[in-house]
Amino acid sequence: MSSTNTAERLPRLLALVPYLLARPGISIDEAAADFAVTSQQLRKDLELLWMCGLPGYGPGDLIDLSFEGETVTVTYDAGMSRPLRLTAAEATALLVALRALADTPGVVDSDAVSRAVAKIESAVGQAQPSGVVVGLALRETEATVRTRTTVQDGLSRGRALRIRYYTASRDEVSDRTVDPMRLLLVDGRGYLEAWCRKADGVRLFRLDRIDAVTVLDEPAAPPPYARQQDISAGLFRPAPDQEEAWLLLKPDARWVGEYYPVEELVELDGGRARVRMRYSDTSWLVRLVLAQSGDVRVESPAEVRDEVAARARQALDWSEALPTG
Amino acid sequence: MPTVRAERLVNLVLCLLSTRSYLSAERIRQIVPGYRDAASDEAFSRMFERDKAELRDLGVPLETGRNSVFDATEGYRIARRDYELGDIDLEPDEAAAVALAVRLWDSPELTGAAHGALLKLRAAGVEVDDNAPSMVEPRVRTTEPAFAPLLAAVQTGRPVRFSYRRPPPAEEMVRTVEPWGVVSWRGRWYLVGHDRDRNAPRCFRLTRVVGAVTPFGQSGEVVRPAGVNLMDYVLGTPEEPRPTTTARLWVAAGRAQGLRRQAKVIRPLMLPGPAGEAVGGQVAGDELEIELYHQESAAGWIAGYGPDVVVFAPDVLRKSVRERLLGVLAADRCDEREDQR
Repeated sequence: MSSTNTAERLPRLLALVPYLLARPGISIDEAAADFAVTSQQLRKDLELLWMCGLPGYGPGDLIDLSFEGETVTVTYDAGMSRPLRLTAAEATALLVALRALADTPGVVDSDAVSRAVAKIESAVGQAQPSGVVVGLALRETEATVRTRTTVQDGLSRGRALRIRYYTASRDEVSDRTVDPMRLLLVDGRGYLEAWCRKADGVRLFRLDRIDAVTVLDEPAAPPPYARQQDISAGLFRPAPDQEEAWLLLKPDARWVGEYYPVEELVELDGGRARVRMRYSDTSWLVRLVLAQSGDVRVESPAEVRDEVAARARQALDWSEALPTG
Repeated sequence: MPTVRAERLVNLVLCLLSTRSYLSAERIRQIVPGYRDAASDEAFSRMFERDKAELRDLGVPLETGRNSVFDATEGYRIARRDYELGDIDLEPDEAAAVALAVRLWDSPELTGAAHGALLKLRAAGVEVDDNAPSMVEPRVRTTEPAFAPLLAAVQTGRPVRFSYRRPPPAEEMVRTVEPWGVVSWRGRWYLVGHDRDRNAPRCFRLTRVVGAVTPFGQSGEVVRPAGVNLMDYVLGTPEEPRPTTTARLWVAAGRAQGLRRQAKVIRPLMLPGPAGEAVGGQVAGDELEIELYHQESAAGWIAGYGPDVVVFAPDVLRKSVRERLLGVLAADRCDEREDQR
């Protein structure tokens, strides 16, 4: 048996007896689900524990389990009645997350969170400040607070929403009916995840780009195959129809490579960088580059580079020809 | 058949939990099943050292000591009060908060630790449904490569050295920092600590750390001063709300929606078309009024729309947009020269 396997298995083995003690007659399937292992693996763990016990290792010294059908009960725990206390890293991960939730308006009942924090701190013992702090605070304005409140109202009552939404990539405003699924708070921004009837798919809508929202009388009915998006790899997944551009960033425009997801970043001399970036709409990329006073240059595709130059020239020539004021 | 390692370790924990007196390694070798498989003293010693290290990694409080001053060798035991998680009982709403907290992390380092905590809470009898749907799902990601080594340095209290790219004027410099903590604020991670070169507390953005983070020195060498509020270093001094400027613009019909949605239409307005296009023609659009907070960033935003937007006032904004567009053209020309070389 490899040591990585033991490293994964040992915490489970030490937790299993107290877990079962607290739940006499629990089904093996249910216990396996709580430990995120297969029922087969859980049975192997139980068989192993059955061989363990106190020095002497006679029948009365070994951990004893009684199986009845598909359920299990601990009849002798050999002195392992409580789980091991939390490691510093475990306590940090849990308590920092709870404190962050407590400080965020509208997420959960902050009173419940504070009670949970107090109980866990006292059970863990010596709660030291951990050196990890998370602030989830949203960049909210009066308008986005109103939007969030209405969206949450629709979510809690299970109603469809009518929204007016600004799509930045296409610089378009459109009206849509959506079936809300959940509200995501990521990177200081709020997003509504919903089934969009117009796009016929699950979409994320940034709250600060929802210009108007009304809760409809009809129930929210995302189709059964509508799935929550896995956002662990980022909010924006490259779509197959997206184009790729190489951009040269001068030092003043380095933020572009931090703010937008880039596929590749090459460090150059003088603090410059070359990035490979995906984009779905040429006009968006042209707007981005035009805004940066030449601190961002398009290396490819050539058509985009030409369009940037053409738009800049056109705007300058025209504004010169126009009478001021 | 040799005893499975996991079984030996469980037996070792049970044995050391049940003893009040310290047990010597030799005694443990005789009692705990599995150690008798060791072919030699040296093999046993290696096995036992590895097992102790593994238990300590898991957080098992292995105590060493002697039963009396006459004892020649050190022994081992586990104090039950240090081993066991205290009593805990969560109400359903508290358990729901815990479930949401466990899901908060989208991070290889923190997700695993949060699940480890959940496992132990469950073993303490707490019922937590970690799949219970929640209407609001906050997420915190740790995508910066520097996160894992910096978190480890904070948790072990070791100084670090890394290359850091400062904001413009961009220069890359090696920094030596005593890390006090890592802070996430609005989706960005920061390191707060004592900068040894500047002999002052500093805040570093993790995305600007270039290359590897090298820890050095002893564990526990860095001690965070008492009473330090890490978040304060990240927030800095709050910005004064700036006065807004009212700008007057012309926007081509149906264009620049991003601008239009934040502006007020004053009147429809036709402008004489650009030269070259339909000579003498008119271009349809609207005159708008918009409140701008930061004129400099607004100038970039407006420049992005190219000929779809014309600034009427204020003059300083008009010039600023023009300068941006001239900058774009200058960069483009310099590009061509480089291509010809």
